[in-house]
Amino acid sequence: MTLNKPTAIVIGAGFTGIATAYDLAMRGFQVDVLERGELGSGTSGRTHGLLHSGARYCVHDKESAIECIAENAILRRIAGQCIEANAGYFIAVNESDEAYADLFIHGARECDLPFKEVNTVDLLHMETQVTPAIRRAFCVQDGTFDPLRLAYAFAASAKKFGARFHPFTEVEELIQDRSNRVIAAKVWDRVTDTRTEFHADVWINTAGAWAGRIASMAGVHLPVKPVPGVMVAVEKRLCQNTINRLNEPGDGDIILPQRRMVVIGTTSFEAADVDYIPIFRDQIDQMVAQGSEMIPAIRDTAHRGAFMSSRPLVKAEGEARNLARTFKVYDHENADGVPGLFSLIGGEATTCRAMAEKITDLVTARFHLDVPCHTAEQELVSYRKFYQLDAEPA
Amino acid sequence: MSDLWKLTVRIHRFKPGKGSWVSEYPIQIHPDEYVLDAIEQIWAFQDRSLVYRHLCHHSTCGACGMRVNHSEHLTCITRIGDITRNGGTMDIEPLRNMPVISDLAVDMGQLFRLLDEIDFSQVQSSVLLPEEKGIQPARDKHEEIERLVDCLECGLCISACPAGATSTGYLGPAALAAIQLRSVAGDKSLLAMADDEHGAWRCHSAFACTDVCPSNVEPGWRIMDLRKKLVARRFSNLFGKDKEVAHE
Repeated sequence: MTLNKPTAIVIGAGFTGIATAYDLAMRGFQVDVLERGELGSGTSGRTHGLLHSGARYCVHDKESAIECIAENAILRRIAGQCIEANAGYFIAVNESDEAYADLFIHGARECDLPFKEVNTVDLLHMETQVTPAIRRAFCVQDGTFDPLRLAYAFAASAKKFGARFHPFTEVEELIQDRSNRVIAAKVWDRVTDTRTEFHADVWINTAGAWAGRIASMAGVHLPVKPVPGVMVAVEKRLCQNTINRLNEPGDGDIILPQRRMVVIGTTSFEAADVDYIPIFRDQIDQMVAQGSEMIPAIRDTAHRGAFMSSRPLVKAEGEARNLARTFKVYDHENADGVPGLFSLIGGEATTCRAMAEKITDLVTARFHLDVPCHTAEQELVSYRKFYQLDAEPA
Repeated sequence: MSDLWKLTVRIHRFKPGKGSWVSEYPIQIHPDEYVLDAIEQIWAFQDRSLVYRHLCHHSTCGACGMRVNHSEHLTCITRIGDITRNGGTMDIEPLRNMPVISDLAVDMGQLFRLLDEIDFSQVQSSVLLPEEKGIQPARDKHEEIERLVDCLECGLCISACPAGATSTGYLGPAALAAIQLRSVAGDKSLLAMADDEHGAWRCHSAFACTDVCPSNVEPGWRIMDLRKKLVARRFSNLFGKDKEVAHE
């Protein structure tokens, strides 16, 4: 049975890679996932954990907003075990914010975003730490997800369909045949510190901020732009719902409750190499200053941690902050004459399932397989099953 | 610029088939950065063969627990300045009482299997815990009672537990705390699991688990509370049965 399955290798076990492994395995592929670190250790883990309602994008990036609205509902259904299903508020605290309200309402209506305006006095009763300077507030369906548990829930579900995960296994070289088809990879298994080879019929590059490096191993140029940002975790759960600044996206425009803390996000700048980026003090100060415009107590609360994450955005003209958050899939046979290699870049944690569906559609079409996607319908198995569902080694 | 500290980092290494050794790395780093940042820096610039677990870098995932200078820490929120001094040493080992996979990465499988069986959800939307009245652990401030149900499943308590190595079958502090939480939430069905020589009675009351817990779960206190519940359950089993017989 296994012998007849087409084989696929996914490079990069962030949310997208893991969700792709799940979808491919469910649609009949024998899947191996190669990840140079721990699952989710690159960019995915270092998220503030916002399950996007889509509201942040509804003014400037409607396509992303619409993707988020749909996927938010699906993830609440299939991954409820990983989500603090709180709501979110967009709040205006000064004149400039108030002036943005009309743009927001217009954008939200155009995207069919579920939202409602709430009385600021009522909000202050619920969220006692929000600044009394608040002028307007809109409720949306934000939530907070737990990154390890979301990654492991998708991975455990992929394992249920026979996928195998190889953490701490770094791809060092892609091997191509005479027609440029990618047929194998030389990898460094860092668990045992040994070199080995993997072979497969099809290769999916979901290495995120590092996807350009993987594509270049097959001579392909990929327009991925790593855009790091810093986030600060604060020692108290100062709000029970996500608090967003009702204005243009900016540094320190969001405060999320997570477990017993809140996380303030996020700055945005460009970097070429993102293997190690130190945390810049001035960015932390800036975010605390801006976060405390919405929740003043942030200024007086101890920090629990500060961290950096590199979003892999699709390269385009313009400032890093305003790059569209939507995703792109590539079949490199068409574009670059490299059969057997696909790439997926951009997107959001919230849309990882949809991204996986899109690229798996492309891959199955290449194999002339007519198998529809079912990942939106089935609840994921418990993330704790990740350690109990190991398939037999090949 | 001399605001960077010069440190020696000693990392306890292990690779299957290659055995154990200690690697030493000189680094320069700001004391406000975290121990995990030091390890990342070593990985990025000095030794790519180093294996360690990490995801969220802000104490929500529980992946980066290690022993630093001989005590358990969640390395992503442990400030270097709180661990050592300029010119000092950081000695980093994997957690104990769990099998080492490679270098600093341990196998969390046993813990996750137990917690799966106990099935207490560690991701909750609610603000307050389901604590019974009158028996909450002592807290300094009201706000700190919030979000007590917050086990990260990081394994620090298992590593720190002096009873951990005395029996391979010991449920351990995290699992026992989860059973206590379920019983507080109204589900008594798991008490039998805890009422065992490998359960709540194996604990030596050292409270090392409570000391190292990065999330104020207070497993030590919960195990003591669990013992009260277990004794009460034995009594009610004794007398409760008689009552049922009398009714028949």
